[in-house]
Amino acid sequence: MSAVVQARGWGWRHAGRRGWALRGLDLTIDEGERVLLLGPSGAGKSTLFQGLAGLLRAPEAGDPEGSLHVHGHLVSGPDPRTGIVFQDPASSLVMSRIGDEVAFGLENRAVPPGRIWADVRAALSAVELHQPLSHRVEHLSGGEQQRLAVADVLAVAPRLWLLDEPTSNLDPPGAALVRHTLRQLLADRSTTVIVVEHRVDDLVELVDRVVVLEPGGGVRHDGPPAEVFCRHGASMRASGVWVPGCTALRRVPSSAPGPPVVAAAALGVRYPAAAADALCDVDLEVDAAQVTAVVGANGSGKTTLALCLASLLAPTSGAVRFLAGGPDVPYARWAPRDLVRHVGTVFQEPEHQFVAASVRAELAVGAARTKMAPEETQRRVDELLERLRLSHLAAANPFTLSGGEKRRLSVATALVTRPQLLVLDEPTFGQDARTWDELVDLLAEARDDGRAIVTVTHDEELVHALADRVVRVDAGRLVSDQDAGRLVSDQVVREEPVGDAR
Amino acid sequence: MTLTLDAPLVATPLGRINPVAKLAATAVVAVGLLVTVDLVTASVVLAAELTCLPFAGVGWRFLVRRAWPLPVAAAGVAIANVVASDASSATIGAISLRLVAIALPGVVAFAATDPVDLADSLHQQLRVPARFAYGSLAALRLLPLLSVEWQTIRRARRARGIDAGRSPLGALALFASAVFGLLVAAIRRATRLAAAMESRGFDAGGPRTVARRQVVRGADWALVAASMLVVGGANALAVVLGTWHPLLW
Repeated sequence: MSAVVQARGWGWRHAGRRGWALRGLDLTIDEGERVLLLGPSGAGKSTLFQGLAGLLRAPEAGDPEGSLHVHGHLVSGPDPRTGIVFQDPASSLVMSRIGDEVAFGLENRAVPPGRIWADVRAALSAVELHQPLSHRVEHLSGGEQQRLAVADVLAVAPRLWLLDEPTSNLDPPGAALVRHTLRQLLADRSTTVIVVEHRVDDLVELVDRVVVLEPGGGVRHDGPPAEVFCRHGASMRASGVWVPGCTALRRVPSSAPGPPVVAAAALGVRYPAAAADALCDVDLEVDAAQVTAVVGANGSGKTTLALCLASLLAPTSGAVRFLAGGPDVPYARWAPRDLVRHVGTVFQEPEHQFVAASVRAELAVGAARTKMAPEETQRRVDELLERLRLSHLAAANPFTLSGGEKRRLSVATALVTRPQLLVLDEPTFGQDARTWDELVDLLAEARDDGRAIVTVTHDEELVHALADRVVRVDAGRLVSDQDAGRLVSDQVVREEPVGDAR
Repeated sequence: MTLTLDAPLVATPLGRINPVAKLAATAVVAVGLLVTVDLVTASVVLAAELTCLPFAGVGWRFLVRRAWPLPVAAAGVAIANVVASDASSATIGAISLRLVAIALPGVVAFAATDPVDLADSLHQQLRVPARFAYGSLAALRLLPLLSVEWQTIRRARRARGIDAGRSPLGALALFASAVFGLLVAAIRRATRLAAAMESRGFDAGGPRTVARRQVVRGADWALVAASMLVVGGANALAVVLGTWHPLLW
């Protein structure tokens, strides 16, 4: 067996940074191995991944240290024998028709034109995309798009597969199909596979070796999954690494639900030029001191529902009413400054909601809009900085924070005005276990403080740990509404509802 | 509203014409009309265009839906000239008609061309480097994503309690901050897409093959020749009638 990857004292410092993203790495990966790469945030997983992919170019992108060999050569750029599946298909697919998309990689590799379309067809059928070659990429679901990205890689038959969180952007059914496809394609062990993924439960079966990176340098643990997780599972989880089978504690509410805070009646939304309603005839009351999880497949209308509940999208039929105060105008037409006093919204991408030049100023924005007294603002901001471990970053620009820090800041900005309603879109997306725990604690605290919380999520663990009520949306309709205390989380998110309770 | 990049006329006979030929014909019309300001040339060319469109598979319904801004713009130009200049009514009419006659082929050609075919054709017929042709194509694909992102950024500002208030300065500041957010998003997406393209061997400097051959057929040459004939004939007719008036307006 020959080594496909060989790192000797390898390190990388990104241009313009003082610290090393990764250093002192010694790692050998042999042909045919299936490796899961883990590590707490900041351990350099993505840097190593980019290095393996040949996407780090010295000296423009930074400085290397030691050596990194892939396929027996010092890495100097993308290698035709390496294929990569990226996290987000929407920003990795190039062409507009699925046949052209797969052909693109073959053209770049100068495959003779006479062979290209046969290869394209074979790759598409291997990932079970049976649409015509002219089918448009934007008409595929997220899971199908990711399978298309797998077909792109498959078509060029690489010796090394790099999978960068291949299922994290997908809803549970889409993710399951992508995993199924990968399992089948990689079953014959003729290729080497390296996977980076946060939530590893469903991917562990694909791998036979786990490598855990140590923040600050080197490898902390290395071995078969069962051994690594058994021996070091607890310490890994404590450092923020997701460990399979480690179920989060359920945060039981301290009190019964309070009065309704916001209510949708016969709510309907149809986007301009859309063929069908995004939401249709939805009736829903959201109660204080309760966490309501909104679940459903991508495109089912759950984000649309959340936007309406947060007064960020006007219904095209029916109405949403806010029942816990506020100005005497229809909810959808509230002025932003009234809205921020009563409702906090956390977007999936934290950067979308950053408007200030420092973390401290960012937190003060909402307070200033509601005319909070300066001393009160100061106290509230300090309290949240402390609570969310952001004090040392108070002067930093929000855009320069790490993923976990950005997420914590975005939740804090929504909490600063103590709104009665908190609406969150996939708040735990892409977070390591430590930030996840902190977020769940913070949201549980806000709930026990009497706030109504609505969260759109695919995260089964979040539903299990926090949801008091689970509302499922399918094709724009509310298809089930259940008391989460009576459910096992897996059934809630994965399977069809058992019946309409409540 | 989300931006879409559909080309509704791709399935028409015009849609099957080589994209570079369509580009050339559009350029011929533009150049041929820009050399003169006179009613005869502009109206002959416009009449020829409108007569030919149904045969190319372009229906009136399409024209109403996609080309309605052209007469509106032409009327605007005419009104502006009547108010602000002392040009004769013939000149003003010629300027307005010329505007429609130049823009119409562009609108139609754009709607009848799949961007992928255009990139292929630019690369194969005009030898535009793949880096530029397909790089631009990929960037184009990001536009609809960015229009969704723009909406989200605007909503996020509302959620943060930020509004322009009554001052135009406030509106400007709000707009600028949202534009900054969009720029950050655009750069991030573009970086990711560039990495994905690079990892698939794009622009690696080696040889490249083409999966879709774009060829120039007789019909493509005929389109370019016909556009030359119409524009040349219209100019000649104007010269004969004595209305031809070379002016780069």
